[in-house]
Amino acid sequence: MSTTTGSSDGATAPGARRPPTAAIHSTEPLPLQPEEVAIHIQDLQFYYDQDAQALWDIDLECPRHRITALIGPSGCGKSTLLRCLNRMNELIDGTRYEGHIFLEGTDLYGTEVDPVALRRHVGMVFQKPNPFPKSVYENVAYGLRLHQKLTKKELDERVQWALEKAHLWDEVKDRLDDAATGLSGGQQQRLCIARALAVEPKVLLMDEPCSALDPVATQKIEDLMLELKKDVTIVIVTHSMSQAARVSDRTAFLYKGKLIEAGPTRQIFEAPREDLTEQYITGRFG
Amino acid sequence: MSGDGALLFTADADLHRRRRTERRWKAVLLVGASFSIVGLAVLIVRMLADGVPHMNLDFWSESYSPSGIRGRTAGIFDALVSSILVLGMTMVIAVPVGTAAGIYLYEYAHKSRLTDWIRATVSNLAGVPSVVYGLLGLAIFVRLFADTFGMPRQGTYLAAALTLAVLILPILIVATEEALKTVPATVRHASLGLGATKWQTIRHHVLPYALPGILTGQILALSRAAGETAPLLIIGLPTYQVFQTYGPLATGTPLQVRAYYLASDARQEAIDLAAGAIVVLLLATLALNLLAIFLRDRLQNRIRW
Repeated sequence: MSTTTGSSDGATAPGARRPPTAAIHSTEPLPLQPEEVAIHIQDLQFYYDQDAQALWDIDLECPRHRITALIGPSGCGKSTLLRCLNRMNELIDGTRYEGHIFLEGTDLYGTEVDPVALRRHVGMVFQKPNPFPKSVYENVAYGLRLHQKLTKKELDERVQWALEKAHLWDEVKDRLDDAATGLSGGQQQRLCIARALAVEPKVLLMDEPCSALDPVATQKIEDLMLELKKDVTIVIVTHSMSQAARVSDRTAFLYKGKLIEAGPTRQIFEAPREDLTEQYITGRFG
Repeated sequence: MSGDGALLFTADADLHRRRRTERRWKAVLLVGASFSIVGLAVLIVRMLADGVPHMNLDFWSESYSPSGIRGRTAGIFDALVSSILVLGMTMVIAVPVGTAAGIYLYEYAHKSRLTDWIRATVSNLAGVPSVVYGLLGLAIFVRLFADTFGMPRQGTYLAAALTLAVLILPILIVATEEALKTVPATVRHASLGLGATKWQTIRHHVLPYALPGILTGQILALSRAAGETAPLLIIGLPTYQVFQTYGPLATGTPLQVRAYYLASDARQEAIDLAAGAIVVLLLATLALNLLAIFLRDRLQNRIRW
């Protein structure tokens, strides 16, 4: 494999393509100020088993009310890293971690943090739309019912609010009592987003949210993300580099469980510092 | 073969040979299927023909007695009540324990060599001959309980129910685990990801989804218990009681045990009564299985998957 210098002077192999950099949405300035950091991952090691380390020495900062994309080839650990942020990995027996993840200054792995309480504030949207086999309304109301005692009227308002936030209200307002599974794939995924938003999380984790969707539905989710980041910090795992370019403000590239490079999306795509990043975003492996 | 390039879709010698092979195997399979279906049909028709003519009013309302057999007025009333009593107690004991064990093993127990071993053992226990459970029941629920708790030193309804409960526990545990396995991980993740506890996730999402499967397992376990005779013979349920009383520590003869005793009686009157009792057992089992299917379909439609 030929190596190129880290600059983006077009010295790429024939046939290698970068995502069109014109599509890069973000105008994020390069240096990240300490007060902008919402999530600070510090020297994180993660093990699925005694001898199966999945993440090595991860140091990463995610800015508040911005979208951070985690990219990398399959099995690079990007989904594992995402699930460290709401401690979903702990549901698997035998997992272990070292290091720290600070969310707004609180160490998520501190002894006083309860993972169940944490997940109320760090919402998650999964790869495959996974609505509960209940009505549209009940899907959105479920999280609210878990955490708050609301009157029927308050609940109705919050459900509508969340569905509007997820750009789904107009499509489902006449069939709130219909089965959620009767919606299209894209609608189901927006319902899952509404369900997560209803409890007003600080962070929204999205694990390849569009991988099961068609381009039109994908477009809708991406538009939605750009609007949602006004209120929540978003971390998205995506296997689509063009999606990372379109939506994210900062991009982190992982490879074989290590963080190779992280920075403003424009810099990662136009002027990566690392050869590996350059090779990955030009599609020479992955 | 056509020379002008037109396609001729006709069978050649090779295809004829393949067709003959197919016909031969189809015949072999048909014979196998016929044997089981015809055999079963003959059995059922014979049973109905032998049993149904004797199922008159006395059959349902009278109990067993030697004089009743002689006068053709003996019935299955006491045996039916005994069966319902034993099965009711069995389910009350076994269902909560078995379901709880299945849920714990599948949802909460950490994966370790110990739990793997327990799981394998539970599956194996489901295949242990029922006579073995009879010996266990005799040793523990009759003798040990008599020695330690001062219970009657004989095969009581309670001892019978406990023995049958232990016998169907593995079936209940395995059925519960299998039902839980069908719940997609994505539903659990969705719930946990919203900040639900594990129990809330089980209670709100997993159990409603798995309920049809769990219920089906319970009903099938019930019908298994309804037909088990050997363990009840071993713990020593009596052939008949002169003065029949009902209660956990009383004793009596459930239907399947009664049918067994009557069938080994040489008198035609007894054999006829046995035939009637067997028809009742058969219909009860059939009804339970139909109920299982009905409940499963009903509940599955309620889940909007």
